[in-house]
Amino acid sequence: MRRKSPPPMAMKKPLLTRKHNTVQQFAQLVQLLSNSTKTNEKLDALSQYFATAPDKDKTWVLALFSGRRPKRTVNSTQLKNWCIQATGLPEWLFNECYLTVGDLAETIALLLPPHTHPASFPLYHWLQQLQQLEKATEAEKQAFILQAWDALDDSERFVFNKLITGGFRIGVSQKMMVNALAKTYDIPAATLSHMISGNWDPAQVTIEALLHQSTSGADASRPYPFYLAYALEDTPAGLGPIEAWQAEWKWDGIRGQIIKREGQLFVWSRGEELITDKFPEFTPLTGSLPDGTVIDGEILTYANGSPLPFQTLQTRIGRKNVTRKQLQEAPVAFLSYDLLEWEGADIREKPLIERRSILTQLIDLQQQPALLLSPEVNAASWDELALIREGARAQISEGLMLKKKSAPYQVGRKRGDWWKWKIDPYTIDAVMIYAQKGHGRRSNLYTDYTFAVKDGDQLVPFTKAYSGLTDKEIAEVDNWIKRHSLEKFGPVRTVEPKLVFEIAFEGIAASNRHKSGVALRFPRINRWRQDKPVSEINTLDDLKTLLRQSGSPEDKV
Amino acid sequence: MELLQFTDKGIWCAAGDFYIDPWKPVQRAVITHAHSDHARWGHQSYLSEHAGIPLLKLRLGADIHIQGVAYGENIFLNGVKLSLHPAGHMIGSAQVRVEYNGEVWVASGDYKLEADGISVPFEPVRCHTFITESTFGLPVYRWEPQQQLFSRITNWIYENQQAGKASVITAYSLGKAQRLLYHLQDKVSRIMGHGAITNVNELLLSQGYPLPTLERVTPDIPKAAFKNAVIIAPPSADDSAWMRRFTPYSLGVCSGWMQVRGHMRRRNADAGFALSDHADWNGLLQAVTATGASKVYATHGFSSVFARYLGEKGIDAQEVTTAYGDEETIINPET
Ligand SMILES: [Zn+2]
Ligand SMILES: [Zn+2]
Repeated sequence: MRRKSPPPMAMKKPLLTRKHNTVQQFAQLVQLLSNSTKTNEKLDALSQYFATAPDKDKTWVLALFSGRRPKRTVNSTQLKNWCIQATGLPEWLFNECYLTVGDLAETIALLLPPHTHPASFPLYHWLQQLQQLEKATEAEKQAFILQAWDALDDSERFVFNKLITGGFRIGVSQKMMVNALAKTYDIPAATLSHMISGNWDPAQVTIEALLHQSTSGADASRPYPFYLAYALEDTPAGLGPIEAWQAEWKWDGIRGQIIKREGQLFVWSRGEELITDKFPEFTPLTGSLPDGTVIDGEILTYANGSPLPFQTLQTRIGRKNVTRKQLQEAPVAFLSYDLLEWEGADIREKPLIERRSILTQLIDLQQQPALLLSPEVNAASWDELALIREGARAQISEGLMLKKKSAPYQVGRKRGDWWKWKIDPYTIDAVMIYAQKGHGRRSNLYTDYTFAVKDGDQLVPFTKAYSGLTDKEIAEVDNWIKRHSLEKFGPVRTVEPKLVFEIAFEGIAASNRHKSGVALRFPRINRWRQDKPVSEINTLDDLKTLLRQSGSPEDKV
Repeated sequence: MELLQFTDKGIWCAAGDFYIDPWKPVQRAVITHAHSDHARWGHQSYLSEHAGIPLLKLRLGADIHIQGVAYGENIFLNGVKLSLHPAGHMIGSAQVRVEYNGEVWVASGDYKLEADGISVPFEPVRCHTFITESTFGLPVYRWEPQQQLFSRITNWIYENQQAGKASVITAYSLGKAQRLLYHLQDKVSRIMGHGAITNVNELLLSQGYPLPTLERVTPDIPKAAFKNAVIIAPPSADDSAWMRRFTPYSLGVCSGWMQVRGHMRRRNADAGFALSDHADWNGLLQAVTATGASKVYATHGFSSVFARYLGEKGIDAQEVTTAYGDEETIINPET
């Protein structure tokens, strides 16, 4: 449409003015962060927020987005019940809504009638009020929540409910938040990351106090950028003589750096997160490692000379406090790959063979149970190495790493000197028997499926799997499920056993917690076998054969 | 025998020997509106409201055999009295009222209660039995008044302009796109459209609808022209090479499904606006009550939920499986 002159309105300021200094500003931030798929946009929004929000709100946002949850004074069941009372909806209908929306805080925000007594307060006001409910009676709590709901608009209600239910899953990593703060306050990211680590209470600490501590400790913590490998697509024969290469098992844990400087120990993950507090196993290294040492390696759960399955490591991450039980059941060790700093000097330019020799001596002398050397795998030829690689699964490893002995330690993902040579996954053709809705961006779509193999004329469920399908396939499968499910209500749909999928997985172990007697590692949908009838899927015997062949110890999963 | 029955070809009136929105080829099809899940190819003869005829011909071909009737006009087929009544869903959309031996059934097709400015607004029709759509039959679907919604859209466009970006809005080409154009025409200086949208627009302009003329996006338009413009595209153009030519742009999706955050994120949209031509939860309840019907059948959408809820409220209600989809759904690509 073309007009002679643009109407003046087109140039005007936005009609709706943003309410600054209120929880609305935070609600808008959350909305933008959860909608945006662009890292730069998110970073700008965060940095803008930190530049303009009230100081007291900033500390809270920092706490919320770094997993420092405020104490829970109201629980999800209470919220749900009060919403049901306020709306007069039957409980089953509330549950249906929740299944579609996939998030309790949002479900409630959408169901409540429009507010009648709007009021604007900053974020910290609501958080303080919530904290003060700790010793309140149930009736007092309910009265406060109803009053708050009636004061907030839909988007504010959503974040308010989220403050209670916890977990803003909006794709903001610790790293992104650190970068945003670094931008706003003009402090190097590595320094900042250290400043906001550890234990602090957002209700007590001001943002100034957090960000104006002595920076010397922070500098001491600074990690080196990790060198990352590409996957080897061909055979390694193209890499030249095997003598020029060092092979190691490829471990499947958390890539990390252990830093000892100025009498302090720091453990970093590859995501630039300081995770020293999560692994008390490394505390003795503070005393034993010499100052000016940086080691690159993998954090694994490890016992009796061999790694434990990755699932056990998962019990250790994502938790603030480690229990004694976890320490016993899932002890960790650091399998060292490389030495980056020695006697205070950056030695990354030295060839691997030299770095490795210092590293080997260092670890030998340390005699620390939690600090090990990731062993070299020796072979006389590429063919022999290929044979050894076939046994990777028995080592709880994903394959081999190939590193050029003469190469320096580079920055980031680079081709040429380092390669990962993974083993092919196992595959099984199976039929879908149950479906469940996903979460987040996949709420209301059936994306989580349970698969079965044949056992005589029975179908035996053996794994759940999701991902691996394209959005278009997911939509197609979802549509099919909606038309072929046997239940109308509730979260799990039993479907006609018709759709066949190829399931890939990295490992298999015996398990008495599963009906099929096996548990899989990293099961995922490889592809939809529209060409395959159900009569041709794999059998339980096929799975048991894989189990025997894998040589995996009993009950490791 | 029931006056209207649910068969594998569609909703069938045995006494009058006609089908309503059949999904398999039949002799005589009464069509509620021109969306592809309701108006299909291959019927011997079609009957629709006058305003729907040009749209049906655009979609199904100029050579279909079609008869037009006005809203409220009675016609008789084998002694069965049939009339069409405004459904407010899109131009020419109708509810079908069928009367025989004193018994009245109404099949709603798709409908919404809010007057959109271009189509004839919904009118409730009293009946004994009501066949209702229930696309958004869940209480989380509650639309905000359109004036408020359009000012949010306008606001978003201004913000994009300030950031030097084009505003690309996806909206279903038949119905939703015209509603957008009608409401945005005085607020922005330059609106362009994908061919699928301009085709429909030209047709409707020739019929005298109060719509703006719409500039078609063609390969020879210089890239600079897109800066600060509003471009309306069908949902199928999402993330295509066609769309990338507008870079830098911000993508807004207009669909009732945008009410839920998860859906918005799935679309990779920069903004989602819950603009729908279907009734929301309260609209459905209000419509059912206004018919005074003692028996209700719920079709497409959250039909099982909606029927169960009506049942608990003392209305004899049942869900029916049909082949109607939903033109807004993310799953079915636009046809
Ligand atoms: Zn429709
Ligand atoms: Zn429809």
